[in-house]
Amino acid sequence: MEKGSHQHHQQEGHHQESRHDGQQQESHQQENYRQCSQAPMEGLGLMGTPMPYSDATTAHGGLRIPSGCAISGIIDRTGKRMSGERIIQSISVMHDRSNGLGGGFAAYGIYPEYKEFYAFHIFYNNLSAKRECEEFLEAHFDIINLSKIPTRKVKTITDEPLIWRYFVEPLQTKLADSQLNEREFVMRCSFKINTSIQGAYIFSSGKDMGVFKAIGFPEDVGRFYKLEEYKGYSFTAHGRYPTNTPGWWGGAHPFALLDFSVVHNGEISSYDANRRTIEMYGYKCTLLTDTEVITYIIDYLHRRKGLNGYEIAAVIAAPFWQTIERMPREEREKHEYLRNVFASLLITGPFSILVGFEGGLMALNDRLKLRSMVVGEKGSMVYMASEEAAIRVIEPDLDKVWSPRGGEPVIVGLDGGESEWL
Amino acid sequence: MRISAGRLDFKELNKRVKAAPGNVEIEECYGQRFIGSGLSGKTVIINGTPGNALGAYLDGATIIVNGNAQDAVGDTMNDGRIIVDGSAGDALGYAMRGGRIFVRGSAGYRTGIHMKQYQEKKPVIVVGGRVGSFLGEYLAGGLIVVLGLAGESESQSAPVGNFTGTGMHGGLLFIRTEQALENLPAQVWAQDAKSTDLEIIVPYVNEFAEYFKMDAAEILQGRFQVLRPNAKNPYHQLYTAN
Repeated sequence: MEKGSHQHHQQEGHHQESRHDGQQQESHQQENYRQCSQAPMEGLGLMGTPMPYSDATTAHGGLRIPSGCAISGIIDRTGKRMSGERIIQSISVMHDRSNGLGGGFAAYGIYPEYKEFYAFHIFYNNLSAKRECEEFLEAHFDIINLSKIPTRKVKTITDEPLIWRYFVEPLQTKLADSQLNEREFVMRCSFKINTSIQGAYIFSSGKDMGVFKAIGFPEDVGRFYKLEEYKGYSFTAHGRYPTNTPGWWGGAHPFALLDFSVVHNGEISSYDANRRTIEMYGYKCTLLTDTEVITYIIDYLHRRKGLNGYEIAAVIAAPFWQTIERMPREEREKHEYLRNVFASLLITGPFSILVGFEGGLMALNDRLKLRSMVVGEKGSMVYMASEEAAIRVIEPDLDKVWSPRGGEPVIVGLDGGESEWL
Repeated sequence: MRISAGRLDFKELNKRVKAAPGNVEIEECYGQRFIGSGLSGKTVIINGTPGNALGAYLDGATIIVNGNAQDAVGDTMNDGRIIVDGSAGDALGYAMRGGRIFVRGSAGYRTGIHMKQYQEKKPVIVVGGRVGSFLGEYLAGGLIVVLGLAGESESQSAPVGNFTGTGMHGGLLFIRTEQALENLPAQVWAQDAKSTDLEIIVPYVNEFAEYFKMDAAEILQGRFQVLRPNAKNPYHQLYTAN
């Protein structure tokens, strides 16, 4: 994290350029990141990447080291809204799993008064980026409301960009012209801004939900955004320990697209196979971290292909062929079909993820379970975290606590709610 | 000496545990890592949820957990005992080289991964409930006993996950189950335990039963299968085809 490399990066705008001197050899993975980074991130606090290996922890052959990113999630199945205070408490217990280079939260049910409108959270590097972005927004959307996202000064969080929030709905004429459905239209507009307006970056674009993220430890990020003043029925949180990718504001988790969001602990060994596949379907990897490819894969499988959470798990964390062989016929055929049709979307390497979506939460580990995940239940509350201690600190007296198997999703929806994820 | 851990930093907590003149009881433990690392000559009782790598490099001390433990309990432990009156996470006894671990409930993936033994150093793990996949992965020595007493009903499935003993080339696995063990790798040779085999585990089952107030004789009546490395075929398909 030398200043020199930071500046160097700003000049060049490419991840691969930001490595320290003396790290001349370029791994395949770095090559990949360079290819897919048409960076919108200049000036958003991008720092030099400390070491040329990967986002989170394993250093040798899949044996886990007890450190790495932290994730946590809470949902009240009754849909009752709670303050963001509890998720801050939970993630802060796992402080040592992150290193201050990224923290963030996704919160669902926080904008009931604007729930019909897309809530855009946007980082701006400067006022001209803001002007340019707002011109684009005005040309494509009705802006119902706009404001700075309230923050408080926190000592450890510095160099913040301008952080704005817009509640919008697509202009009917533009939408009709585009011949796209509304969600696809919104997604494409968001990609357009992120890839073509320098210094502007939409990091949250769903309805009745929002992402709040920054460079810092997650508990500090929560205080920075006054998360305790928001009320939602579900929250996810992430503490980041970036290793092969840079710590910058946009690179903090969660990664969100429309209403769904991903927090991730791990690294993707199959990154480039996944990236090449997903870019064929119009997604652009611009964020310099492997997690975004998970986000796009899930969006593709769910929103475009109509797969539910269990089917998505059977694609990205597919069982081994020899496990599939032993399944009863119907189950076996389903797994064979999903593995064959979406072969290039199998994600290998260690991961644990939490996916937030409208009306629910999903937890999933890689099929070898190379990262930890604990789930706890108490009444209508469900907790999911990298460590049991992060659950116990906010709910010492659990009805039930367990670790899901690798590749076995835990999907929780709101009572009486219907979700395409379930 | 009592220490209320609360939100104390793990370094500070471990400093206090080491500095305490005698035995230590930790209250309200919330995820502090490395508790008791390298410790010898005392007993540490933990109430709450100790963090990862509990008792790493433990060198003779006794650790008792009233609650669940997280990942990598007893990592590279050399001597002593860890008794968990609850469940444990993944990689229990990772690269353990001596001492004993007893878990009343279940343990996660990769229990006993890379355990080894040398001369009088023979590590032992006894798990009362079930374990996840890759039990005894790359096992090079020592003894692991899975009793299948808790967790999902025994009638549904054996108390182990997939790929038990993958890469195993030493040591012994005992699994108490009426079920056939499926999908074992070629490096593993499984058979019903004979009475001479059972003699090996009797002292450890007795110790387990004593800690958790169970009936050892009753436990020992169950069907045990013993898994050994297959000396005829040690490295065939060492890792699983994907």
